[in-house]
Amino acid sequence: MGFSKDHLLARLQELQIDYSKYEHPPVLTVEEQAKYVSSSEGALSKNLFLKDKKNRYYIVSAMTDTKVDMKVLSQRLGLGKGGIRMAPEEALSELLQVSLGCVTPFAVVNESARDVSLLLDQKFKNQTRCIFHPLSNDVSISLNTLGLDKFLQSIGRDSVYIDLEANPVVGKDQPPDLAVYVPSNSVVVPELPTKTASIQTASKNVSAEKTKPVASAKPSKLAGNVKSAVEDSALLVFKNPEKFVEEILDKTTALLLSEGKGENVEALAETFRKRLTSEFTHLAVMYKNTAYSQGFYAGTQSQPKRP
Amino acid sequence: MDVDKKDSIASDSSEQVVNPWEVAAKDGGKIDYDKLIDQFGCQRLDDSLIDRVQRLTSRQPHVFLRRGVFFAHRDFNDVLDAYERGDKFYLYTGRGPSSEALHLGHLIPFMFTKYLQEAFKVPLVIQLTDDEKCMWKNLSVEESQRLARENAKDIIACGFDVTKTFIFSDFDYVGGAFYKNMVKVAKCVTLNKAMGIFGFSGEDHIGKLSFPPVQACLSVPAVPSFPSSFPHLFPGKDKLRCLIPCAIDQDPYFRMTRDVAPRLGYSKPALIESSFFPALQASILSLLGENGKMSASDPNSAIYVTDTAKEIKNKINRYAFSGGQDSIEKHREIGANLEVDIPVKYLSFFLDDDTELEHIKKEYGEGRMLTGEVKKRLTEVLTEMVERHRMARAAVTDEMVDAFMAVRPLPSMFE
Repeated sequence: MGFSKDHLLARLQELQIDYSKYEHPPVLTVEEQAKYVSSSEGALSKNLFLKDKKNRYYIVSAMTDTKVDMKVLSQRLGLGKGGIRMAPEEALSELLQVSLGCVTPFAVVNESARDVSLLLDQKFKNQTRCIFHPLSNDVSISLNTLGLDKFLQSIGRDSVYIDLEANPVVGKDQPPDLAVYVPSNSVVVPELPTKTASIQTASKNVSAEKTKPVASAKPSKLAGNVKSAVEDSALLVFKNPEKFVEEILDKTTALLLSEGKGENVEALAETFRKRLTSEFTHLAVMYKNTAYSQGFYAGTQSQPKRP
Repeated sequence: MDVDKKDSIASDSSEQVVNPWEVAAKDGGKIDYDKLIDQFGCQRLDDSLIDRVQRLTSRQPHVFLRRGVFFAHRDFNDVLDAYERGDKFYLYTGRGPSSEALHLGHLIPFMFTKYLQEAFKVPLVIQLTDDEKCMWKNLSVEESQRLARENAKDIIACGFDVTKTFIFSDFDYVGGAFYKNMVKVAKCVTLNKAMGIFGFSGEDHIGKLSFPPVQACLSVPAVPSFPSSFPHLFPGKDKLRCLIPCAIDQDPYFRMTRDVAPRLGYSKPALIESSFFPALQASILSLLGENGKMSASDPNSAIYVTDTAKEIKNKINRYAFSGGQDSIEKHREIGANLEVDIPVKYLSFFLDDDTELEHIKKEYGEGRMLTGEVKKRLTEVLTEMVERHRMARAAVTDEMVDAFMAVRPLPSMFE
């Protein structure tokens, strides 16, 4: 599956990155971790795994006393005021391949996390050492940010340090300052059958201070998952002839059932034409565009004919 | 002659002001569009012209034409004459990529352009002025390019046909034939002409004109109107006509283009103009009412393409300014004030069925229909639109954007 902690530690050693290792019973919260790793070893971190409405994911790693205001962060990313929230548990396992209580900057080593944006607290840079989980919550390691940077570079990532407590104005003439860190690709994470809320309250995924993640509360994580399911099926409709035809027949029969009572056939046919033409044309254009794009891409990848 | 003294626009508040940087009604009232047409010297898009479009395209004219959203033009009749003779044209429209939060107002010009592409079966070039945004909005080059691509996705989701559409960003495409035309245009525009067109006077600070990007801005909108700017699309077709759907506040740029075109041996581009200004802060499509703002910092002032069905319902019910009366009794007696009612205004843009709209206006205006019903219908209409857009948007991959933006020939562009 994902990178294991031993794998990661071996890699750090290969890169000659200096770190100290502390083993302890599995811990789910910063408070618990603090019992086993004293602050003299380094600065503890809190790590948030977040998701926006367009299925893009972010790891925010901060000093435990840094105030992370989700509303401000959301605006600075250009997502509006309530655009960001805690990511659901299945995203944690699917994308970061770590368990609860284990969000860490190191999770981006996994290929599955390639589209996850990593934002680091700039206050880390003033610390001699900072403490993170190396992909497992029964171990903590402390290292200097230069070591973290070196590691990130080795996997082709730039280290992004930001002032998490800044609250710049965002408006028409002041573009969101962090928007450039929004991933360009969204990720669809398949839903889990059971959905219980607050699985994350006990874990380190929750920001330590009192601010609720989504102030202008939009109800459930369910909405987010329904959206990704919609997007998933949308892609299929435009790629797969059977799904395409199914969509057309679904819409046609739905209209037939709702309008077909007592109408004479000619009038019904007229209604169909009127109501469905524009929608089906739209569907067909997207189908065409998808096919063309796939062909275009194939063209760029194809090898020249052998002479 | 398009450009004459009439075009210099007074800047005191007793006259209305409309130019690419500023739109203000006289004494804070409503924009007088008849006066504007008169002042600019363009033509009204009257019913006979709309009928002509219907005959030529064998389909119902777009809702924006029927409701007067696109209401003015320059030379559209000539374009139709040529079209009847078998001489086609191409479409050109553009967008300055801005923050990703797109609301319905942003989609309006694209919805109309898509209709034109489909109805007339003509190709389209879409310009993303990422360089302009980089300079004027102080974004980094990377950020403006990124935004351009993100916006391109929403534009593509409006339903443009990839075999007939070329999307380009200035940073990617400016150079070669395009740049040569930019320089040709710039050489034709004297300082006096620019001042006359844009209403600058000797009192305006030189930054407005001497800042090199403005010179670029003056020619950049002009250049895509000339087919020779796209040698991969229109080789040897230097006289191909161009039709530009745009908001009427862009008229000055294109007046200048039309002035320059014959001197360079090109056809004058034709314009088809809307009364709706997508970029305007105080907007007629603000949920909060006529003089309310429509801005990203107040998500409740507009419907965004990312809003869920629930959010749309909520926004319409809670924030859409109603022209209904305070009490049901009063409402039944005197009816709703349709002038200020936002749901009806939105329906006039987005409800395709003329008969149904008339019915709603009549019943609501005479007090028999209540605000709740109107809002419910509006919620249905908008939800359907936004859902459709979202589904299409989800299918737009980076590969698709690359395909739309590839500099490639479009062999079936007139089919």
